[in-house]
Amino acid sequence: MPSFHLILFLAFGVVCMGGAINLLAQRHPINSALSLIAVMAALAGEYLLLGAEFVAAVQVIIYAGAVMVLFVFVIMLLNAGIEEETKGSRVALLLGVPGVLIGSVFVAWVVLRNSGTEAVPIGALPGHPTDIAQLLFHDFLLPFEVTSVLILIAIMGAVVLASKPDASERKAN
Amino acid sequence: MVPLSYYLLLSGFLFACGVLGFLIKRNIITIFMSIELMLNGVNLSFVAFAAHWHVLAGQIFVFFVMVVAAAEATVGLAIIIAVYRTRETLNVDQVNLLKL
Amino acid sequence: MNPMLNLWLIPVLPLAGAAINGFLGKKSSRQAVTTIALFFSAAAFAMALWVAMRFSSLALPYHEYLAHWIRSGTFSVDFEFYLDQLSLVMLLVVTGVGFLIHIYSVGYMWDDPSYYRFFCYLNLFMFFMLTLILAGNYLQMFIGWEGVGLASYLLIGFWFTKDSAASAGKKAFIVNRIGDFGFLIALFLIIKHLGSLNFDRVFQSVLPLSAETAGAGLLTAIGILLMVGAAGKSAQIPLYVWLPDAMEGPTPVSALIHAATMVTAGVYMVSRSHIIFERAPMALTVVAIVGTLTAFFAATIGIVQTDIKKVLAYSTVSQLGYMFMACGVGAFSAGIFHLMTHAFFKGLLFLAAGSVIHAVGGEQDMRKMGGLRTKIPWTFWTMTAGTLAIAGIPGLAGFFSKDEILWRAYQASWVYWLVGLVTAFITSFYMFRLWFMTFFGEYRGEAESGHGSDSAQDAHGSHGHGGIHESPMVMVIPLVILAILSVVGGYVGVPGSLGGSNHFDKFLGPVFHVSAPAGAQNALGEKGAPEQETEGPEPKTGASTELMFTGISVLAALLGFTLAWQLYYRNPQLPAKIAISMQGAYQALVHKYYVDELYGALFVKPLIDGSTRILWQGVDRKIIDAAVNDAGDGARHLSDEARHMQSGNIRSYAGWIAAGSAVVIAFMVWMAVSR
Repeated sequence: MPSFHLILFLAFGVVCMGGAINLLAQRHPINSALSLIAVMAALAGEYLLLGAEFVAAVQVIIYAGAVMVLFVFVIMLLNAGIEEETKGSRVALLLGVPGVLIGSVFVAWVVLRNSGTEAVPIGALPGHPTDIAQLLFHDFLLPFEVTSVLILIAIMGAVVLASKPDASERKAN
Repeated sequence: MVPLSYYLLLSGFLFACGVLGFLIKRNIITIFMSIELMLNGVNLSFVAFAAHWHVLAGQIFVFFVMVVAAAEATVGLAIIIAVYRTRETLNVDQVNLLKL
Repeated sequence: MNPMLNLWLIPVLPLAGAAINGFLGKKSSRQAVTTIALFFSAAAFAMALWVAMRFSSLALPYHEYLAHWIRSGTFSVDFEFYLDQLSLVMLLVVTGVGFLIHIYSVGYMWDDPSYYRFFCYLNLFMFFMLTLILAGNYLQMFIGWEGVGLASYLLIGFWFTKDSAASAGKKAFIVNRIGDFGFLIALFLIIKHLGSLNFDRVFQSVLPLSAETAGAGLLTAIGILLMVGAAGKSAQIPLYVWLPDAMEGPTPVSALIHAATMVTAGVYMVSRSHIIFERAPMALTVVAIVGTLTAFFAATIGIVQTDIKKVLAYSTVSQLGYMFMACGVGAFSAGIFHLMTHAFFKGLLFLAAGSVIHAVGGEQDMRKMGGLRTKIPWTFWTMTAGTLAIAGIPGLAGFFSKDEILWRAYQASWVYWLVGLVTAFITSFYMFRLWFMTFFGEYRGEAESGHGSDSAQDAHGSHGHGGIHESPMVMVIPLVILAILSVVGGYVGVPGSLGGSNHFDKFLGPVFHVSAPAGAQNALGEKGAPEQETEGPEPKTGASTELMFTGISVLAALLGFTLAWQLYYRNPQLPAKIAISMQGAYQALVHKYYVDELYGALFVKPLIDGSTRILWQGVDRKIIDAAVNDAGDGARHLSDEARHMQSGNIRSYAGWIAAGSAVVIAFMVWMAVSR
């Protein structure tokens, strides 16, 4: 009888994989976006299984809740439709796909060889917010602050990039 | 008890799907989403290893990955909007002005 | 110990003259240039006379060491001078005749725009020739050797704006070079096997060796190679082809360089090396055969030449052949004797020919001359003296020297004597032919009509004098002096059979008579021991036999005169008829046996073709240029192909990245696994 842990893992795992494949298979970007949200939700479940409760919460709130919403908004804004069939690049298909496959085979082989049977118990490393906060604001304070600057820059960049060009055109005229 | 390798294999699978999506898809936004998928796969890998080795810093790193991913998605989408305005298309094959 | 004679001054004085005239002459007046040139060549001659006067008080051979030059391991070469009887004779001839020709040139070249350049080159030539003669070792002699070749090139091509003159200069230099190659190999052999180039050392080490029998051997090789060099410099077969062409140069140049001095350098060199030659009978035979053949061959060509200078040029080649014949049978002093008398009469003949050419306003074709004897009497009489001398008419210089050669040749082999005799007949014939055509009969040219003919070869072709005129005194006086020498110059060598005591041979005795190989019979069939003159009874012949032979050669000379008289005075239309009836032979002679054409086809054309087609178009264009161009083109094509990678298409970039990362991963895995 497989353990409960394993069943849960497989359940979430199947959702992940299915969502990933669906992302590739769908032609309309909105469907891909929704699949991706499913993947992220399932991943949050996986994190919980590993005991990273705070990370799981953040995954849902930030990733699935903010980033993906942004994606959906942009899709709506740009009225992205079904993907056109264009002949893009032979190289991508001829070289890239086999490359990926070979790479992943190697990685899989390495993984299986080295850590085939070591088990991770359910909730192995509890990631309480307190502990995480302790680390985040003590040992990793500098990266924390730097990333906040990064976000600031990203905001400014996005505003500049996405603003309407009419203003600058009017200035040029 | 789930072996570590299962987590890693899942992570690898997600990553590979992300790369494949990048290679196959023609819509810029979909390509971006494949990048997000890749990053998610990597996040899973971090957390799994953190749990395996009992190092909490692995989970911290996931934060930073997420922050960066968010910033990158923001800026990238802004660029996509700008490109759409000029080129009227979301097909990445038609955005090739940098060719020789 | 000998007092210091400062022999080095003798070559250096003309060098100073050359330098002064060369650097300052362009801006100086003609008088200044003349003074400088004449002063320095006179100074050299004066010094030569001074040395001659002190000669008897010297211990010979006289060595003068100037400076050391090469020191390389055991091999060393110095700047040194060497004086013995042989070099004294050459010295006096070169400086004396040279000085006379300098004087003559003042008149001849007076109207030439490059007057100073001529005298610069002439003095330069004197410097090199004197270095050659006074050298104490083979390398210094070689410097002089090469230098006279250079001066010859400069002077032949003096009027270098004329194509034929420039080509002639080139031809002379290149053909000389081929001979020099042989000379150089001989020098290398001497260095390798005898260890030094110094005359004394080389000859001392060769002296005890016995004669090499039949062929192979070091000395034979050296001898033959030296002869190759001499053949180039002294215009023997097969390297004589440059001398007739050298007549493009001004006539004083032909007189000095191509008659009296430079071309005799080969004879001098062979005589100087007589010790080596006497021990290599095969080489001596080669020398004799080459000389004899050349003498005959060149004489036959001279019969049909119409240019007055070309006749004299072929005559020079022929007479040089006589000198080599003499050396080849071991009669070195006879060869040098003939060299001296030849310098007198051939120099005279050339200078007189120059006077004739000057008189008729530049015409050199004898068919357009005639009847000049009343119009240019001084030239006529001096040229007559020269002609009589070269023909071997008894009493003049050429008679004694030529007869001695024929006599010695007979003692080696009657074949040499016979060919020499026939050549003497031919010589007499063509010289008197020249004499008759130029000075007798009716004048056939155009100079009477005022202007010079338009085939003006010389500087004064268009004097505008009008009419045939005698040359100025500055040109006539050297002619007279040389004529006197041509008459009396032979009396130093009157042989015993005619009552004299052959001072000349005695004088050169110490040089040539020390050297026969010990005990062995040399290939000449004579006993070892001094090759004494016909004083004592020879094994084969006696004085009366010699007289008989002398008579035969006089007969040959008179026969030549008679034939020329018949053909060119009595019946002038006869030669044309003979030419037509013997058309083949005549054409062969007129075209000089087609030797130039043969050389052109054999050597010159293949070289030029090979150079053009193989080296230029093949190697230079197709390989070297192509390599460079193709490298550039290849780089361009490569980058042209590579640029397609930059397609601007994100997906292809991603594809490359994916493939690349797969490779890296594979590599890392492989590295990890193989530990």
